[in-house]
Parts: sequence; structure tokens; C-alpha cells
Amino acid sequence: MTEPTIFELSRPNRIGIRFPAPDVPLAELPEDFLRKDLPLPEVPENEVIRHFTNISQLNHAVDVGYYPLGSCTMKYNPKINEETARLPGFSQIHPLQPVETVQGALGLMHETQQWLAEISGFSAVSLQPAAGAHGELTGVLIIRAYHRSRGDLNRTKMLVPDSAHGTNPASSAMSGMEIVELPSDERGNIDLDALKAECDETLAGIMITNPNTLGLFDENILKACQLVHEHGGLVYGDGANMNALLGIYRPAEMGIDVMHFNLHKTFSTPHGGGGPGSGPVGVIKELEGFLPAPLVVMTSEGDDDNPAIYDFIIPEQTIGRTKSFHGHFGIIVRAFTYMLTLGKNGLKDVAIYAVLNANYIQARVKDVYHIPYERTCMHEFVAEGKWEDAPEIRALDVSKRLIDFGFHPPTNYFPLIVNEALMIEPTETETKETLDRFVDTLLQVADEAKNNPEILHNAPTKAPFGRFDEVKAAKDLILKTQLPDDYLTS
Amino acid sequence: MYTSHTQADREAMLKVIGMDKVEDLFQSLPDEGKFPELALPEGITEMEALDELSYISSVNETPQELISFLGAGAYNHYIPAAVDSILRRSEFYTAYTPYQPEIAQGTLQAMFEYQSLIAALTGMDVANASHYDGATAVAEAVNMAYHNFRGRRKKVILSPSVHPQYRATIHTYMKGMDLEIVGEDLESEADPDQLISLIDEQTALVLVQYPDFFGRIFDLTKLSEAAHAEKALFAVHINPVALGLIKPPSEFDADIVTGEGQALGIPMSFGGPYLGLFATKKQYVRKMAGRLAGETVDALGQRGYVLTLNTREQHIRRENATSNICTNQGLIALASTVYLSLLGKNGLQDLAKLNYHKAHYAAERISTVPGFMVNPVQPFFNEFVIHCPIPAKEVNQILLTHDILGGYDLSQDYPDLSHELLVAVTEMNSKSEIDFMVEVLEEETHD
Repeated sequence: MTEPTIFELSRPNRIGIRFPAPDVPLAELPEDFLRKDLPLPEVPENEVIRHFTNISQLNHAVDVGYYPLGSCTMKYNPKINEETARLPGFSQIHPLQPVETVQGALGLMHETQQWLAEISGFSAVSLQPAAGAHGELTGVLIIRAYHRSRGDLNRTKMLVPDSAHGTNPASSAMSGMEIVELPSDERGNIDLDALKAECDETLAGIMITNPNTLGLFDENILKACQLVHEHGGLVYGDGANMNALLGIYRPAEMGIDVMHFNLHKTFSTPHGGGGPGSGPVGVIKELEGFLPAPLVVMTSEGDDDNPAIYDFIIPEQTIGRTKSFHGHFGIIVRAFTYMLTLGKNGLKDVAIYAVLNANYIQARVKDVYHIPYERTCMHEFVAEGKWEDAPEIRALDVSKRLIDFGFHPPTNYFPLIVNEALMIEPTETETKETLDRFVDTLLQVADEAKNNPEILHNAPTKAPFGRFDEVKAAKDLILKTQLPDDYLTS
Repeated sequence: MYTSHTQADREAMLKVIGMDKVEDLFQSLPDEGKFPELALPEGITEMEALDELSYISSVNETPQELISFLGAGAYNHYIPAAVDSILRRSEFYTAYTPYQPEIAQGTLQAMFEYQSLIAALTGMDVANASHYDGATAVAEAVNMAYHNFRGRRKKVILSPSVHPQYRATIHTYMKGMDLEIVGEDLESEADPDQLISLIDEQTALVLVQYPDFFGRIFDLTKLSEAAHAEKALFAVHINPVALGLIKPPSEFDADIVTGEGQALGIPMSFGGPYLGLFATKKQYVRKMAGRLAGETVDALGQRGYVLTLNTREQHIRRENATSNICTNQGLIALASTVYLSLLGKNGLQDLAKLNYHKAHYAAERISTVPGFMVNPVQPFFNEFVIHCPIPAKEVNQILLTHDILGGYDLSQDYPDLSHELLVAVTEMNSKSEIDFMVEVLEEETHD
């Protein structure tokens, strides 16, 4: 099934697209700076299209089949969002145009800020961060700036539960924080005694994910946030799991002070094979002044005869800019379209069905797959992919076998506090028939694990490729290809 | 609609779970604040949404309504139809990060080809699978240099002619690092050799833009040599279209090359999503943040690709990772991969020349308008600074009344450049558009 690379398809002097001849007199070229060779492939358009179409078909994707990948919220990506983002009035505007020529764009950004604020209970939202991890960095820098503005230069300790996404400690470390890991208690909640022990005058804050990465709503959340606040710290919320809370509960009510949203998870924008995402950050009133610049504000409300007027402002104590321009606008248009079409009740249904689906799968598999923290879950749950009577089988084998049935596997080996984790997030956009088919397959694979483990070890056999040699990849480190040395002469 | 459960489905599922109603699923949430009444409207149909979004978009003025000479980090280039045709394949856009390589070879091979194309374009040994944009790519260059010296070298030399928003982003990113940034307070249009005297044994990185923010092309040989003489890293931020014409930064022995990839087939889209290019020398590959696809074989001996060197990354190293970067700009990197594949060697050369000739025609014509001057000495690519007889802001206002976006008013970032306008000309600007702008300038600024 191996496809040639675009470089292997290249032949000298083929062209994929031509540009018009210059309609101006030719200028003298800068001789001292001219490039001698440009070793790019030369392929006609039809071959380029066939190449990328062929390799696309080697992908599993939400539009191809079920994708219950935990913590990634692989819900359906509505097609109307793709159309609205491509409207010329959105896709063809320059980020530095005078604001009076882009009032539609500013208005849309302002509305999106308002929707996200209303859904989450925060008082202001910046759309600038480019992705979840970028939102975390922004949020931690806001916490840092808040403490420093109060002269609290020693508040550099950031508490991160052991169940957190790996980006949480990495984002904190990048912001100059010292990371202290907090254990979870036997119910999967934040361990309050361990938290208490770390609450002192160096406490900057805590980074929590709630529902946490076990898919559980933390039962100690109110007490935990209260403790942190009493000791002068702030609470960062990782909004990766917001899909469980839309219209159900507002994160600001728990005591979260700053949180990022993942528009590419909760608000249906496509994952694009790894990006682009969008990670807006919401904050409570006291932190508004620290948001990254610029923010969109309405400077005049407008009336029947005059439209509202919008402008960019720079918050007084802003942490600065976290990227160029105004955020991933094209992604923001998609998310806004999604929110408009769902409305308040549609958003609530998203959370209800996401949680219903997760509990349904959990209930159907729990007698066969051990659930280490078994209680009503939120939008996802974590099972173990190992059995005493199948000693050679690991979670990875279960995952690879699922591929043979046309399913994308659950997330493996995360969270780290569960052995052989299989993290399953069904999402709300699947029919009961799909869920049943997935469960039936999980049960069959568990049976195979005990009675015919070789099938699992050899899986996948029905995918275009078998298991890859990852050790070889890291050892050989072939990270690119190129035109052959004899390209022009062969 | 995107959810499908009927009343019968819900009841059957609740029965399996052992609950009577869906509200019971949320028993572990605090009662106070549960099920809030959101002050938001009800949902609307797809038809209505398209109508509303079309209206909002129509309020914005695009290059169809305005003649645009605005650049400054985002450029109006032609995007071949084939690019979007591939981006619309939902096998690509509805996939996640390729964690299961057996069923993600489309994404992984595209990443590998992207890395190969960027390496070829920049002349560097290796490129990662991209960052968010040009600004975050340069911030990651600073981050990499800082960690390369394990925080022991505390100085970064930053040219004032690096994009102001990129410099601002670096300042934000380095808040948690013990680093000093120097060089920005040189005169605005300082040339790169003026940075040489700032380099010392404390210098971790020297960072310049090529062509620079003002569009100028400089020989970076001496600066690079001076940086290397003190064992500092040398980073060059590029415009990828310019590299169709001018020497790649590898010829100046750059250690790190970053770039804004928007010019490679990505719509301007009001500033994002764009594409952060990042390439380096082989010896620094393990210090480089970001995703990497590497070639290997599967159980059947078939050639294929996997994510590799994952041990550098945050999901394994957590707080010891040097960067928190989790994703790349997957689909946008794919767009640039298709774009570079289509243009190939000849297409990119032709495009770069076309930009060069049009920009030089515009510069020459504008210089003929009384009071307007363009630096006649320094080579430039498709963007240049014009000195105006009145503040640049006023020039822009005049031009806008004639439906022309004149350029970027440099006084927004450089207070001493109050009369300087940064003008970009691409293949999208016809000779008649350029002539029209010149005509307006002649008429309206005549005293």
C-alpha cells in the first residue's frame, strides 16, 4: 500500500500551475542574492491531486468511522462550518485592515467572546490563543502577572494533579513556575489533605481539569478551590473536558479563575490531523486587565438606524501578545456557526448525550473491562486493557485489534495513574447502533484476549499497514526525503 | 442535526445504566448552579445560519472591494484551486493527531513531505511539522536557544527589523525565563551588521528577519560569523516566497530558520490560522520542539511513517519538557505541502520574480511622485518602505477614500517613522492598480 512520495513523482520541467507573465517592465535582479538551485519537486496538477487523494484514503477519520478517542472529543464536524469559514468576507480579509473595513469580523469575534463568557460564567474572554496548550501558557502567565502586580513575587508554586494532561506541567514550567504534583484520592478526586499540605505563601495556584481525565466530576472541587483561594492562590481550569458541562454547569461557579476552551473539541471545529485548534481563555472580573492584547470591545451599541461599532483594545495590565494578529479567526467562525445553530438547548443536549453515551458504554463493558474508579462518569471513562487470565495482553493490543473492526482505538496509556489505560470518549454525535457495535466488539476482543491472544498480538491485519517499527524510526531518524542526486541527469 | 437519540433510545440506554432520567447522570455536581438558564438564543437552522453569517461577512471589505497593498506579515497571494480541493477531503480534516500510524498514513506521509519541502526550501537539514504561526515559531527559537545553553547564556540579540508582533510575542514567552533582550533599541532601520557589537559570550541567540520587516535583503554573512565566533546560535526568520528567488539562509550558516508560511497557499482569514515554519541543523534536532514524522517500516516491511522522538515531548517529560507544544498546524501544513507541490521549482521561481518585478515597478512609480521617496540602494523583495511628505496615517486615509488599502503605517510600532508607509505588492496587484494608486497620490498630495 506504500505510496510514492511527492519527490519520487517529480520529473524535470513538469509544472503544476502557471502564473501570468509580468505586466510591468522587468527590474534588475539582485545578482548578489540570487539562489542557485531550488530542489523542489516538479509534478503536474492532476498527479498532485491523485497523490494526496490516495494518501488521504489511508487515514481513519470521523467522517470515515467511529473515533472514540479519549480526551480528544472527536465529534462530528458540521459541514456548514466549513462553508461559513470560507465566505470571502471572512477568508479574504487582511488582519491589519482599518477596523472600519472589518466591522463584521470584529462583531463576530465580540459575539463569540460573549457566548463563551455566558456558557462558562467568566466575565471576559480572549480569542487569541491558538490551541489548548497555548491557552494554558496564556492562563498561567495571567496568574503570574496577577501575583506580581500585587508584589507577591514569591508565589511561584503551581500544583498539578497527577491525572493532568502533560501540557499542564509543561505550560507551567515554561512560565517559570515550580511544579508540585498532587496525588488523587481513592475516588479519583483531588486529595484534599495533600492539597492542604502544599498551601502556603509560595502558592501561585492549581491547574485542574474538571471533569478530570478519569472522566469524573471532582467531588472535592468546591473545597479544593476554596482552600487555594484562602491561601492566596488562583485556580486554572483546563477546559479540555467542557463538552460534559455545556449548559449543565458553569466552570466559574466551581471557583475556577481562568480557563481555556478548546474550540476544536467542544465546539466542533475539525482537528485537521493535529491542528489548527483554537484555545480562547476566559477569566473572572479581577483578571480581565491581564488578558492578552488585543481584545474586541463594542464601543457603540447601535440602534435601528446605526450598526454597533467595534474596536480592538489593549487591556491595562496585559501579559502582552501570545501570537501574531487576533487568534485563529477561521476556526472562530466555525465555532460561532456551531453555537448559533445549536443555541442554548442544543448546547445542553450536547453535554447530556455525551454523558449518556459514556455511561451507557461504561455500563455495558464494566463486567469485562475493569474500571478502576467506577462511578457515574461524565463524557468519558477510563478502563483497563489487561486481565489476570490474559497475562500477555496489554492495552495496546486491544487497541490494535479494534482497528481490524474499523474503529479508531481509545486513548492508550493516559492518564498515567491507571495501568494499561483505555480512555473512551464516545461523544454525543453517535447513534445507539454505533455504540452497541463498538461495545460488542470490545467484548469480543476481551474474549479473544483470553482465548486467542495471538490475534491481538498480530493485529491489525485488516488495515492498510501492520504495526510499525517505532524503534527503527527513532534510531535511523529519517526525517525528510529529497530529489535524487542524479535528478537532472537521469 | 448532529445528535440522533430518540425517546426510545434514551429510555433503553438509561435502563442499562440503571437510571430513570438523564438529570440523574449529573448527581455528583453541586446543586447550586446546576442546569443554569443561559442568556443565549435558541438554535437556528443551517439555512438561517448561512444567511446570518453571509450578512456578517458582507460587512467586511475584501480585496474584491479594496485594492490592497497591505502586507506586514500577511500577504494576498493567489491560492490554486487544487489546494482547497485537497483540504476539503474529510479524511484529512476530520482526523486527529496520528497516534495510530496503521490508520493515519495519509496524515503522516503529508507531514513527512511537508518536512521535506520546508527543508528543501530553507536549505536546512531538518524541519519540524510546524508551529502555530511565524510569531510563535520565533518564540520557540528563543526557547530552544535558551535551553541549548541550559539557561546559562542570558542574552538574546533581537533586530529591531524583526516583525514588531513577533518581538512582542517573544517578550511574552520569555517572561518565565531569566533572559535579557537587546538590540531592539537600535535605530529602527539599523542594518544587521550594527548588531555585531552587541554579541558576547553571554549571547545565546542572534535573531534577524530576511527579507526584514521593511522588506530589505541584507547579506548576513558577517553577522552569522560574529555570532558563531562567540558560539551563539544564529536564527533567521524568512518569507518562504522570497526563497524562490534569493539565497536560502543556510548559505549564511543559519542554525535555526523560522518563517511565516501563510504566503504558501493559506488564506489571509483575518490573521489565522497561519503556519509557523521551523527548521534547524541536524545536531539540534533533539532540542527542537514540535511534532516530527519519521520514516520506518511496518510488520510487512512496507515503508511508512510514525511520529518520532516523542520522548522530547510534554506527554512523556511533563514539566521537564522544554516546550509545551502539543499539536502542529496539521491541515495548514498540508495546504502549504500541496501548494509547494503544485508550484514546484519553476512555479515558485516564477512567482517570486513576478512579486519582485511588480514591487519594483510600484516603488519606482511611487518615487516619481513629488515628496515620496524609496531607499534606492538596499535590495528588497516584494515589500518596501516609502517616505511620505505627510504622516503615513494621512496617506492611508486619503487612499482609503479611493478604496485603496495603502500599506502599513509604521508609526504604530516605530514612533520615529511617522511618515513611513510599508507597501507590499504581490502577483495579485495588476499594473493598473499600481498606476491608479500613483495617480491618486499625485492628485491628492499635491500642494
